[in-house]
Amino acid sequence: MHLILFLVFAGFCLGGAINLLIQSHPINSALSLIVVMVSLAVLYLLLGAEFLFVAQIIVYAGAIMVLFTFVVMLLNAGREAHTMGSRAARSLGFPAVAAILAVIATVILHAQGLGVARLSDGITSTEELSTVLFTKLLLPFEVTSVLILIAILGAVALARHDDTDPQGNSERMGK
Amino acid sequence: MSSFLSQEVPLSWYLLLSAALFSLGVVGFLIKRNLITVFMSIELMLNGVNLSFVTFAHQWHAVKGQIFVFFVMMVAAAEAAVGLAIIIAVFRARATLAVDRIDLMKL
Amino acid sequence: MNAHLYLWLIPALPFAGFLINGILGRRLPKWVVTTIALAAPLAAFGVVLNASLGVFGFIPAASSLPNVETCPLPWISAGILHINFSFVLDQLSLVMLLVVTGVGFLIHIYSVGYMGDDKGYARYFSYLNLFLFFMTVLVLAGNALVMFIGWEGVGLASYLLIGFWFQKKSAADAGKKAFIVNRIGDFGFLIGMFLLVANFGTLTFTEIAIKLGQDPGWNGGVVTVIALCLMLGAAGKSAQLPLYIWLPDAMEGPTPVSALIHAATMVTAGVYMVARTHVLFDHSPFALSVVAIIGAATAIFAATIALVQNDIKRVLAYSTISQLGYMFLGCGVAAYSAAIFHLMTHAFFKALLFMAAGSVIHAIGGEQDLRKMGGLRKKLPVTFWTMTAAVLAIAGFFPFAGFFSKDAILYAAFLQGTNGKILWFVGVLTAMLTSFYMFRLWYLTFLGESRSPEVHPHESPWSMRGPLVILALLSIGGGWIGMERFGSFLAPSVGLLPTEAGNARLEIILSIVAVLVALEGWLIADKLYRRKPARPAQWAAALPGGYKLLAGKYFVDELYSAAVVKPLLGFSKFVLEWVVDFVILGGAAWLLGGIATFTGAILQRWQSGNLRSYAAWLAAGAAAVLLFLLVPWATVLANLSAIHLGMAGH
Repeated sequence: MHLILFLVFAGFCLGGAINLLIQSHPINSALSLIVVMVSLAVLYLLLGAEFLFVAQIIVYAGAIMVLFTFVVMLLNAGREAHTMGSRAARSLGFPAVAAILAVIATVILHAQGLGVARLSDGITSTEELSTVLFTKLLLPFEVTSVLILIAILGAVALARHDDTDPQGNSERMGK
Repeated sequence: MSSFLSQEVPLSWYLLLSAALFSLGVVGFLIKRNLITVFMSIELMLNGVNLSFVTFAHQWHAVKGQIFVFFVMMVAAAEAAVGLAIIIAVFRARATLAVDRIDLMKL
Repeated sequence: MNAHLYLWLIPALPFAGFLINGILGRRLPKWVVTTIALAAPLAAFGVVLNASLGVFGFIPAASSLPNVETCPLPWISAGILHINFSFVLDQLSLVMLLVVTGVGFLIHIYSVGYMGDDKGYARYFSYLNLFLFFMTVLVLAGNALVMFIGWEGVGLASYLLIGFWFQKKSAADAGKKAFIVNRIGDFGFLIGMFLLVANFGTLTFTEIAIKLGQDPGWNGGVVTVIALCLMLGAAGKSAQLPLYIWLPDAMEGPTPVSALIHAATMVTAGVYMVARTHVLFDHSPFALSVVAIIGAATAIFAATIALVQNDIKRVLAYSTISQLGYMFLGCGVAAYSAAIFHLMTHAFFKALLFMAAGSVIHAIGGEQDLRKMGGLRKKLPVTFWTMTAAVLAIAGFFPFAGFFSKDAILYAAFLQGTNGKILWFVGVLTAMLTSFYMFRLWYLTFLGESRSPEVHPHESPWSMRGPLVILALLSIGGGWIGMERFGSFLAPSVGLLPTEAGNARLEIILSIVAVLVALEGWLIADKLYRRKPARPAQWAAALPGGYKLLAGKYFVDELYSAAVVKPLLGFSKFVLEWVVDFVILGGAAWLLGGIATFTGAILQRWQSGNLRSYAAWLAAGAAAVLLFLLVPWATVLANLSAIHLGMAGH
């Protein structure tokens, strides 16, 4: 069961990822990425991380990808134009990626001491997680909230129209 | 039923999947021409790494691995917000989302 | 037991004079400069006299020769080579020192009058004292390296003094020419010194003599090479063929300089050096014959040129070269003391000739061309009579000084077999030519009617006339000491005269021949320049080619210029302007610039602004780091080489 579940959702992951690469319209890529996110959430659950399973869906699939979709809509991004490629990317990048993948794969395959996962391994409860989170790791947690606050401010500041911009004024006036 | 429950999946497969997702993210970064899609590839990379964290957390029964994934998610959210705001600002200035056409630091 | 003779004072006093006049001279009043400048050589002469009194027996001999003084501080001590600053006073250096300091002092007095109006008065005397310092070092040197110091130093002083009026381009050029040609000779001297060190392990003259005497195997071979190298140095310094070209040009300097340096002392340094190292020459008959041939050839060569020169100083310059040839002829037949005897008498009458010529030039306002002189006999009596004494002396008339010394040389030459007789003949021919051109000069300058009547000549001041008189007396009586006494005095240092093969009757016959020949020269000059003054022009017109050849000094300067100087200049211009400037420096600059541009062009592509290439490089870097860290390179390489070897084995 575990094996089947793993294979199915790992397949969804890989399929979604490859589809992201193949599609030319960004909205299709965004939808593929959502597929990947959800599949990963299930994989987290299979590994016993129930909180992360939910958090992944809520935060990643539900917030981040929605944000992406909004931006795609806002900017009216169309199909990708065929611009000049980068020779460096083709001749240097792909071998590099292949090398990275090969090295990591070799290391993983030769690693000793890696165990197995079973459905019967149990789930790390949210209670466990929050106990550690709010006692030993309280400071990073609070800092993260500050970080999010800064991100909000930054996003607002960056994305709004410039008030002194005459073009912006005229646009609003025009509307 | 118990045989189903006690079926084993070697953790190395999870790790291999993580490595594959990461590599696909890098490839996407390299070949995609739309700025937003490139950003999505970055998110893909992050997710791959998250998977390997959770795998190791399972291996050693360390909750901290999962907490780290939680933090990565938070930071990724913040990063996505700011990054997309930047993309909007760049789009306003350059009127294009093609990665190859945005090659000047000055807006 | 040798009493301390304070030999070191002899060079030190002129050196002090050089320093004081050189540094402070311009600020001191003229009489102070004069006093210091004259006191130095006088004091040096005094020290020499003090040393000689004991030697000649005028006072009880407090010291015996050779008297050696060595500086207690060692100079060079490298392996087997030990060289010290040592001064040696023996018979040879004593005679030389008397000449150098005595005649030098007289010329210093003369210069007071001659250079009295010159702006560089103090500078002149400081250079003159510097010269005296180096010359005394050269003479007193106990080993070849100290002598080389003096050798180079007199060359330097000569350059400074020839180019004394440096604003005149010809003077500056003449100074340079003298120094450079001297350097060519010095190269020979240096090689000779190196060979001496290599073969004898020492440069001290006495030690070399001892070593040569010990081993009968030292004959020819290396000794010949050393002797010839030293002869090259002497030829440069003493203006022999082929390095004589600097001496006529050196007449650009003030006349007292010509008198002191280019007549009496510096140019004789070569002869002195050969006499000093005579043991080397004695062991190499080939070198001796080379010396004799060079001397004789130079003598007649220069004499022929002097026949047609019109500048009074040039005539005297070529005459000097010719007389130096006589001295080398004397050395070449191993009659070293005869050569030194001639050196001494030549110093007297040649210095006198130059100084008298200077007096004439001074009197008629700077004119040096013989064709514009004449009739000065009544106007400049002292100059006339002293110069007459000198002319008679150089022509070799009995009983003037030149007769004894020249005859000694010719007699020794005659005794040397068939080659010697040929050399004797050349010497006699040269004597006739010498007499001819000297009397030509005499007639043209003093006798007849003045050819430039607008000039009103006035006699020189007594500071100039005094030394003329003293030297005239020496020219008359300087030879009366006689060759036998002189030779036996010098024998401990230069060996005996090789006159065993001759006899007194032969000597008298040869002397009479020489006097007759000189008389013949005088008569020819008399006919051409007094009785029939139109003849010289007719003879010149009859042999235009020959006249042009002689007047053009055989075009040796032009030959050297075309064969040596121009190629060297062209080559150095090529090297400097093309190789160094254009290729090396320009090429280096171009190369550096090119490298910078090229590297920039390559690296520029990194900063493309292209996001994707940045990403590619990032990935490549990450891959590289991962590979480097995670791959066990040691085992990989070992396996690879094992595979390679394994495959190679098959």
